[in-house]
Amino acid sequence: MTTASAPTPTLAMPRIHPGRILIWTALFIGGVIMVTPLIFMFSTSLKTAGQVYDLRMIPASPTLDNYVKVLSDGRFLRWFLNSTFIALAVTLSNVFFDSLVGYTLAKFRFRGRYFVFLAILSTLMIPTEMLVIPWYLMSAEFGWINTYWGIMFPGMMTAFGTFLMKQFFETVPDDFIEAARIDGLNEFTIWWRIAMPLVTPALSALAIFTFLGNWTAFFWPLIVTTSQELYTLPIGLSSFAVEQAIQWEMIMTGASLATLPTLLVFLLLQRYIVRGVMLAGLKG
Amino acid sequence: MALTEQGAPAGRPDRPHVFWTMRRRQLLWVWGFLAVPVLFYGVIRFYPTGHAFWLSLTDWDLMSDPSFIGLDNYTRLFADPQFGRVFRNTFAYLIMGTPISLILSFIIAYALDRVRFGHTFLRALYFLPFITTASAMAWVWRWFYQPAPIGVINDFLSGFGIPQMAFLNSTTWALPSIMVTAIWAGLGFQIIIFMAGLRAIPTTYYEAARIDGLGEWAILRRITLPLLKPTTVFLVVFSSIGFLRIFDQVYNMTTNDPGGPLGSTKPLVLMIYQTAFSSYQMGYAAAQTVVLFTILLVVSLLQLWILRERT
Repeated sequence: MTTASAPTPTLAMPRIHPGRILIWTALFIGGVIMVTPLIFMFSTSLKTAGQVYDLRMIPASPTLDNYVKVLSDGRFLRWFLNSTFIALAVTLSNVFFDSLVGYTLAKFRFRGRYFVFLAILSTLMIPTEMLVIPWYLMSAEFGWINTYWGIMFPGMMTAFGTFLMKQFFETVPDDFIEAARIDGLNEFTIWWRIAMPLVTPALSALAIFTFLGNWTAFFWPLIVTTSQELYTLPIGLSSFAVEQAIQWEMIMTGASLATLPTLLVFLLLQRYIVRGVMLAGLKG
Repeated sequence: MALTEQGAPAGRPDRPHVFWTMRRRQLLWVWGFLAVPVLFYGVIRFYPTGHAFWLSLTDWDLMSDPSFIGLDNYTRLFADPQFGRVFRNTFAYLIMGTPISLILSFIIAYALDRVRFGHTFLRALYFLPFITTASAMAWVWRWFYQPAPIGVINDFLSGFGIPQMAFLNSTTWALPSIMVTAIWAGLGFQIIIFMAGLRAIPTTYYEAARIDGLGEWAILRRITLPLLKPTTVFLVVFSSIGFLRIFDQVYNMTTNDPGGPLGSTKPLVLMIYQTAFSSYQMGYAAAQTVVLFTILLVVSLLQLWILRERT
């Protein structure tokens, strides 16, 4: 080969312009600033009360004592399980119903289709804050205050998810569905077995968005929960921090416990999460 | 067989005689699929919306029965000095927060889009704050803003001989301090969306521009920014709505005196929360939610209008 005969420069440096290095460095510094709060949070959670004033990023003698203390009273575990259960249940409900409605609106022609679509879409305009008072009164009426169902019911379906799924089901060719009909499959089976597998990227985007949204939800759970057993992690953490006053190492341990699970999930699924956010943001 | 007996003329079950035609059966499926969702949207979305409007016309305090008082809640609200303050605070979050976060996220997205080396790693650094829990990070930031021996930022500043800042204890600086937390939390999302928008621009446009001899700056101004307009408009609206509805950060960073010091950080949603769930003035709070709804509606309609202009 001709190129092989030429003296190869040590590393392929010539292509890298100084400008590029500058941009990269600036981006790196900016990125480090972005994660600084997270780093300080973790490092402080590993310090003793006496070391908190020492603002070194890496603790002199890291200890897990705070975690033992915080976890030993059991509340954090409970809040963690509450949040996980609620976020999972709401996500499953959204994946099921939003896509069922999205599919129906995309693939069937029937009278009232446009009306149903517009009605659902119009609920995007209604802010949660306007609904919480009626929801609260409704919950008081039916005894849903301080129950899992009370926390979950407002989010069981969303217009955003329905709209997202409708967009994607429209790209599924009608021939597939027609062929399945001729094969004698019923409509539910066609949706579940034929159409759903064709929109898995959209489903995972919807699932990620719904899970994150419910995992971090604050406003409604704050209103509808009254006892610590029913708190979700964000509400529990908030009340925990208030009761710790200025014991920052304990507060940071609580904050770390609330943040760690999502960070782990993110590191494992970064590609899917970023793609899901892009998909949901652009189509929605 | 049973069918053929009653089917008079022909020996076979003819189509017109079958009640459950293909079409009817499909309609049954359709409304079967939609039954629960229609009920849900009716009971959990539309009925409460109407209820909120109705409540805003009453003086309900949960104790006695609600009585209709017309627009009194609204006249009271617009005369309420606290509302004036809250209204100004809310728009302060919006007017500072939206431009700052958009400009920052665009610059970062634009630069990040060109970086190949360590792209995923850099992107992760910027995106991480977005998936954190607002209430957890609000406390971390609150700690950052503390006075010197313990507060990270003041400690850092004093290293350069800069005097201490009161941050969350100052009526002037508390609101910007909370806003920084909110910007920080939302930046990752905006960067990702901008990057998706940048990727969606066909490379042929850039190639053509380079052949025409346009420089980087001209390409940015004449090609990238105009083609990015839908993304930008979406993010302006998304971010504006976010700042108009700010609550989690404010609530958690000012727990001793929610919305303090002296109400200088209190946004509309916190006022709604306190009116409804601390003083139980449901009617008055409902009127406040209607005002919020109106503001958000105007912002959303502006988006539709701007995007329509384009085509």
